[in-house]
Amino acid sequence: MGRRHTSYSVFRVVALAVVVVSLLAPLIWMLAASFKTNVDIYDSSKAVIFSPTLENYTKVLKQANYAQYIFNSFWVAFVSTTVSLLIGVPAAYSMSRFSMNRSALVVLMARVIPGVSLLVPWYYVFSNLHMVGGYTVLILSHMFVALPLVVYIMIGYFDGLPIELEESALVDGLTPIGAFRRITLPLSVPGIATAGILSFIFSWNNFMFALVLSGADTKTLPVAIFNFVGYASIDWGGLMAAATVVTLPIMVIALFTQKYIVSGLTAGATKG
Amino acid sequence: MAAAGSLTTSASTPAWARWANDHRKWLFAAPAMAFVAVLIIFPVGWTIYLSLTDAEGSVRAEKSFTGLGNYLDVLTDTARFWPAVLRTVEFTGVALFFEVVLGMVVALLLWRPFRGEKWVRVAILLPLVATPVAVGMMWRLIFDPNIGFANQMLGWVGIPPQPWLAGENSALMTTAFMDIWQWTPMVVLILLAGLTALPEEPNEAALVDGASAWQRFRYVTLPMLMPTVIVAILLRGIDAIKTFDILYATKGKGGGSYHEVETLNVYAYGLSFDYNEYGIASAVLIIFFLIIVGSMWALTARGKERY
Repeated sequence: MGRRHTSYSVFRVVALAVVVVSLLAPLIWMLAASFKTNVDIYDSSKAVIFSPTLENYTKVLKQANYAQYIFNSFWVAFVSTTVSLLIGVPAAYSMSRFSMNRSALVVLMARVIPGVSLLVPWYYVFSNLHMVGGYTVLILSHMFVALPLVVYIMIGYFDGLPIELEESALVDGLTPIGAFRRITLPLSVPGIATAGILSFIFSWNNFMFALVLSGADTKTLPVAIFNFVGYASIDWGGLMAAATVVTLPIMVIALFTQKYIVSGLTAGATKG
Repeated sequence: MAAAGSLTTSASTPAWARWANDHRKWLFAAPAMAFVAVLIIFPVGWTIYLSLTDAEGSVRAEKSFTGLGNYLDVLTDTARFWPAVLRTVEFTGVALFFEVVLGMVVALLLWRPFRGEKWVRVAILLPLVATPVAVGMMWRLIFDPNIGFANQMLGWVGIPPQPWLAGENSALMTTAFMDIWQWTPMVVLILLAGLTALPEEPNEAALVDGASAWQRFRYVTLPMLMPTVIVAILLRGIDAIKTFDILYATKGKGGGSYHEVETLNVYAYGLSFDYNEYGIASAVLIIFFLIIVGSMWALTARGKERY
């Protein structure tokens, strides 16, 4: 028994090392290439040892107007997340406390509907309103992803909060809305943080909606990276620098908020 | 579940506040429901309408009603539509299979606490928050037939270079590989949450009875975990079948020059915004939606029946 136990431990360490390397190596490769000149990228003897350069980053940030795209991505993600929280949290509260299962199902259907099937009508309506290319349309489209996510996570969260807390607040003379504001909301901060962080990440990463609905000045980072690939030869160094610029901020956020992200992604997994 | 009614509201509160408290159920839900109605339900209705017309070209162009003509055209289209269905099934099936199997293996490896757990968890988190378009570009460099690291590695063990994304037959599976890299971590997290919530006793009892590790997994852990496995398959399946970003980022319009990675979603997108065939695109989307709902329904129905 003892020997079998140690041999499993050894196997486990080796297996997990393989997992970690295969998950991280591609990302490190991308990061390394973003610091290489294109000559070095084409030279396989310079795969690991090379003299790093910031050339790609200065090129991307200067030439390609990336400061604007970074702002666009941030602004669209920030506003769509905030508005989704403002309208999604109270809605989830009602759906949880009053068991509005059918309404909840309608909101959650949004997860199933292919985004393209909304893009066509949106494009029809918003281009007739001359709104395509503006921030408003982008924010609304990203809310299509953010709002169902907020509702889904918050229903689960409110279901887990004991109703007795609110009932005793009512006995103490608070109105039902007052109890929601002063008792339930403060207790829900971890859930709201989870929903907010996840919807920010999904909005930041979203590609398809901005591909159709953004204009030259409102382009978000994923679209900017996509446009970076020209028809002629690919500037690999610049492309990897651009890819790093979009991915790195979100990874840093993820590292600091790991606990919330994991609880959000696994919400509802154990209820069956 | 209902909270206490209006009787607790004291007489001193203004009338509007009392009204708000009495109607809070719908007051709270209304903004979100309005958003859903205007931006989701109405567009879906419009898509159904467009699918019955010959809308094409410009969004302002005249269109006329053609009944089920688009559906007939789509369902008899063996050049683009049915190959796209096949690719969607292939991509989703392969990605989902490996994600669930590998996800289960990694989740079991992570199940019991150990030193350095924190670092493994970080490694698992990073791929799944990475921007899919950037991930696509990253793999494009690694799988480049001439300068990519993938072929370099194959060279070390004497395997000839592969075309990967550039190959007519290998492109779809290469993109499925990217999906597996990015989303297996999500399955790991879900299954790990399920494993952690399992009771200890059945496994301990099986151990006392002399069951092997495999027997304990197959006859004790897996049956208890099955509801979570089904949730993982559902959540991941819904997203995998709708994959767009990495396909479009690596192969561009039409899923490449031979439509190598043109799944239903990429096909519908291309019809809508690269070729402006709104009517036919809408018919494809409605069929696509029915396929998604149908497979979800089949999966949950079978899951309920058996577990």
